[in-house]
Amino acid sequence: MSVSSQPAETSPRNANERPVLTMRGITKTFPGVTALASVDLDAWPGEVHALVGENGAGKSTLMKVLAGVYQPDQGEVRLDGERVRFHHPREAQERGVSIIHQEFNLLPARTVAQNIFLGREPRRAGLVDQRAMERATAEILARLGVERSISPRALIDRLSIAQRQTVEIAKALSFDARILVMDEPTAALSPHEVEALFARVRALQKRGIALLYVSHRLEEVIAITQRVTVLKDGERVDTVPTAETTPDRLIAMMVGRDLDHYYPERSERTGVPMLEIRSGGNDRLRDIDLTVHRGEIVGIGGLEGAGRTELARAIFGVEPFTHGTMTLASRPVRITSPRQAIRAGIGFLTEDRKGEGLVLIQTIRDNALLAFRSARRTTRLRQALGDEARKVDLRAASLDQEVRLLSGGNQQKVVLMKWLSTRAELLIFDEPTRGIDIGAKAGIYDLMRELAGNGAAILMISSELPEVIGLSDRIVVMRDGAIAGELPGGSDEATIMTLATGERDALVAGSAA
Amino acid sequence: MSARTAPPPSRERFGTAPTGSPGRRIGRALLGTAPIFVILAALLVWITIENPNFTDPPLFLLFLRRAAPLMVLAAGQLFVILAGEFDLSVGALITLVVIVAARLIDGEPERTWPVIALLLLFGLVVGLVNGLITTRLHVPSFITTLGMLLILDGATSYWTGGSPRGELPENFRQWGRLGIEDVPVLGQLPYAVFAVLIFGSIAVLILHFTAYGKQVYATGGNPRAAFLSGVNVSAVRTAAFVLSATSAVIAGILLGGFTGVSPDAGQGREFQAISAVVLGGAVLGGGRGAVVPAMAGALTLEAIFTLLNILGLESPLQYVVQGVIIIVAVAFAAFRQRTAR
Amino acid sequence: MSVVTASDRTLPARWAGLPSSGTWAIYGVLLLVLAVSWTLILATGGNINLTNTLVRSVALGIVAVGQTFVILGGSLDLSVAYQVSVTAITASVVMDGRPDRVWLGVLAVLGVGVAIGLANGLIITVLHVNAFIATLGMSLILRGGLNAGFDNFAGAVPREFEWFGYGDAGPVPYSVLVLIALVVAGWFVLRFTRFGHHLYAVGESEDTARLSGVRSARVIIGAHVLCSLTAVLTGLFIVSRLRAGAPWVGPDGNYDLESIAAVVLGGTALAGGRGGVLGTFAGVVILALLDNAFNQLEVNAFLKDVVRGVIIIAAVALYAFRQRDPIR
Repeated sequence: MSVSSQPAETSPRNANERPVLTMRGITKTFPGVTALASVDLDAWPGEVHALVGENGAGKSTLMKVLAGVYQPDQGEVRLDGERVRFHHPREAQERGVSIIHQEFNLLPARTVAQNIFLGREPRRAGLVDQRAMERATAEILARLGVERSISPRALIDRLSIAQRQTVEIAKALSFDARILVMDEPTAALSPHEVEALFARVRALQKRGIALLYVSHRLEEVIAITQRVTVLKDGERVDTVPTAETTPDRLIAMMVGRDLDHYYPERSERTGVPMLEIRSGGNDRLRDIDLTVHRGEIVGIGGLEGAGRTELARAIFGVEPFTHGTMTLASRPVRITSPRQAIRAGIGFLTEDRKGEGLVLIQTIRDNALLAFRSARRTTRLRQALGDEARKVDLRAASLDQEVRLLSGGNQQKVVLMKWLSTRAELLIFDEPTRGIDIGAKAGIYDLMRELAGNGAAILMISSELPEVIGLSDRIVVMRDGAIAGELPGGSDEATIMTLATGERDALVAGSAA
Repeated sequence: MSARTAPPPSRERFGTAPTGSPGRRIGRALLGTAPIFVILAALLVWITIENPNFTDPPLFLLFLRRAAPLMVLAAGQLFVILAGEFDLSVGALITLVVIVAARLIDGEPERTWPVIALLLLFGLVVGLVNGLITTRLHVPSFITTLGMLLILDGATSYWTGGSPRGELPENFRQWGRLGIEDVPVLGQLPYAVFAVLIFGSIAVLILHFTAYGKQVYATGGNPRAAFLSGVNVSAVRTAAFVLSATSAVIAGILLGGFTGVSPDAGQGREFQAISAVVLGGAVLGGGRGAVVPAMAGALTLEAIFTLLNILGLESPLQYVVQGVIIIVAVAFAAFRQRTAR
Repeated sequence: MSVVTASDRTLPARWAGLPSSGTWAIYGVLLLVLAVSWTLILATGGNINLTNTLVRSVALGIVAVGQTFVILGGSLDLSVAYQVSVTAITASVVMDGRPDRVWLGVLAVLGVGVAIGLANGLIITVLHVNAFIATLGMSLILRGGLNAGFDNFAGAVPREFEWFGYGDAGPVPYSVLVLIALVVAGWFVLRFTRFGHHLYAVGESEDTARLSGVRSARVIIGAHVLCSLTAVLTGLFIVSRLRAGAPWVGPDGNYDLESIAAVVLGGTALAGGRGGVLGTFAGVVILALLDNAFNQLEVNAFLKDVVRGVIIIAAVALYAFRQRDPIR
């Protein structure tokens, strides 16, 4: 796929308007790598402009250049035609450029108002004018229509993820943002919350704010944006009107080839039951009846907060079941700690890779052997990792490299190696492909299928419905801490959502039969 | 982006041979990359220039004997620091060991061994309590061990009524003062040096050659990930406190022999031990460090004191130099870490 | 969906700015300690002298206010004990018993305080040295300097300067008024100035604060300078009571570790970002009440340390219990 010669200025607007943002020839290099090579981008008032590309394609670098985190080596950024150079994110914010990172920049122990006005608290007679601060915050919250659910004096601690995101949006509005960058805004949101976010995005759009929407979720990109800019290897591949493209075409542009079989074939036959839970429950879960057979991938669907991660954590002994029974390979077990779980042959790939999966300052070897050394009854300290590394197709200079130096996809592979080395027979994948680029995703799907083919039982939690549908042999849908129903693999999204939201219970029996 | 900084190596590489020779890997793990050995060597050369007799084996062994308690203490403290914690109670524990030993033994040689056994047991209990309070009650170890410091100091003084009584018999004091006599070339081979070698070897063995050692690093590096990988994080931390307390008891026995009964035998030793560990390249907060450099850090501190003595600088100035050197060492390490990226 | 927190609902708007529930809890403990120790003392035929108790807490209380600032900012200061000694000696040597040089002495120690605080702050922020090591190093440097120059009482403060240590305004000693004024001022600064807001922010997450345009280095340096100035004030109080400075007055008072203990006893998180000076004040008074009770009850003085250790650990364990994380 060659870099398009089509000028970036093509706009959906009439001639007397002009873009609020133009970036021209942005080049940024880091030692040994060119992160951005002469990239152009522009954004018009009231436009939602998607930025897509694989990890490492340069999306976040480009946004950091825009927000003043990095200075470009070459190229220029213009706001309303005026050339600007930001040296600090705060300068960009003051000129109306705000960025909402995936990891929010909020202080949990401070109030909403204190967070929004951090660093520019209104003052009266030299002192912080708390009342003015809270009044201004209340006004902005009212503009977003959340004045009744979020108080200016609420601690961030007590807010849900979606509410924290709303506070970030409020913060941007408090700067009179004209350009708002949202980096993977829906990654941690439930479908309901995504709808609420989209409504908010459309409202911002009506105010004439230009939104730059960075996302891996192409369905959302199609649903909410007007134009899409695709980046690949630090270069702009093309900018196209959203209406004229499809997810498949975008993927082809992002990876430079067509992904013909994205998901591996489902297995024909499944083996004996590996995991059986009967009437399992704890204070977050109730009446869990679940069977996972050897050789099959069971997808767990449901809204955020439906109890999917809680189920995984209960099976793995983090917050164990307090009642019900569980059998592993037909042996009754009671698992009350991860240590016991690992000894029983369970592996758990958590969704927070850096926070819960890896010791970033240790080597690949030590990470891959951590569970093996800790929980297996063995005195062997070393074990060759060649097989595991080859199986996951790890790309690293050496097994003695520190994990923090690897890319996200390779880090996920190290987590996988950890569970391969314990020979886990029941593997729980919680959001296995979150934040991983499309090329590496397919590799992980293939590997999951291969593991199942070799007799492992796999339980997969994912917020991405296409993934659940495409990969699972069976789909278990959760709602309110219980299992709402079971569907065969390949069921359509609407059926799953019906179960997940509980709108038509009647459907359950029919599909599960 | 980091994916592209290192070109992907061929896949076969992992299949044919494990990368990096095991020997070099172990060497790097043992010695770390701390520049402490260069500093130590430079100091020793400087001391030798000032006092050419310094390298005579007997004199050098005396120097090692003086450094022995701190080296043992540093090796113990290292485990706690690696696991992401602090142990401020070791100084008070040393004082307690010296004073309690004197009072209990009171000059009767036959009581020495039972009392030493009792003290080791007591150290075990102190370490366990430190560990359990920190891990089960979630009290920051800085506070736990600070509280323990107050408790041990108070209890020691309470028990002796403020002034130490009793005396240490020769078969107790020999560990800090005497050695195997008439060794060819070396002259006396102090027992204290043996203690350092034995405790140091055990520490090296535990930290670098057991699964527990790997778990200490993992616990300090990322406790959540360690827990979810089956590491019993609480037990790992508690064991680190036990090792540290044990090192304090041993250091106390050596110091009791070396300096005799004194109510401030252990005063400030906790900070010296932490300084030594940090000089050896360990990072407060956990996850990085190694035994041999930590012990070399302790030796470096003693070398500094020796050098200042030889140079005739007033002893108070030793503190100044110690203060400057730990700040400079940590600043240097921080600078290297920033520029290494 | 509602996020209106309990405290939001129950407190009317004008109560904004009052201390958090954690602070009320520590004052509850304070009252409890007061009640128990008073009852015990009365039962044994003694009497409790509250003023006396407060005077005993002045030296530790003043420096603990400063320690609260640095701990809130995610730092800590292990060098305050020797700063107290340096101040006491400097003041008494410079004043040299002459009333006309009181101002010079005060000026000198303020200068010393600012210099030490700046040095601590700069070492931490510019050289990126862990605060524990930086201030431990500073403590060693001050100790060495002091011991090299002095081994006994040196200089003297004039009689006129003793008002700070011994004078009183009616029933209340000046020193207690100074402590209370300092606590109120500290509370005010934390609550109503940008510096205070930024200090909490830096203590909770330096990265977030910096991204919001807060100059975190300046905030931390400022906190260290303020902390050193409180150590200076403690030094002046002590020298005015002792009439001359000596190198051991700081370390003998154990102000470094005890001030940290008082701060965490008062509910401030050692990791920074949560807490405040009102809690610290309660922590200091609790420690003084215990002292007082032990003295009055004629319990062996050394047992006091044991009880202190237990109380500090227990208090922090209780705070930790309130906000527990399932995985650690």
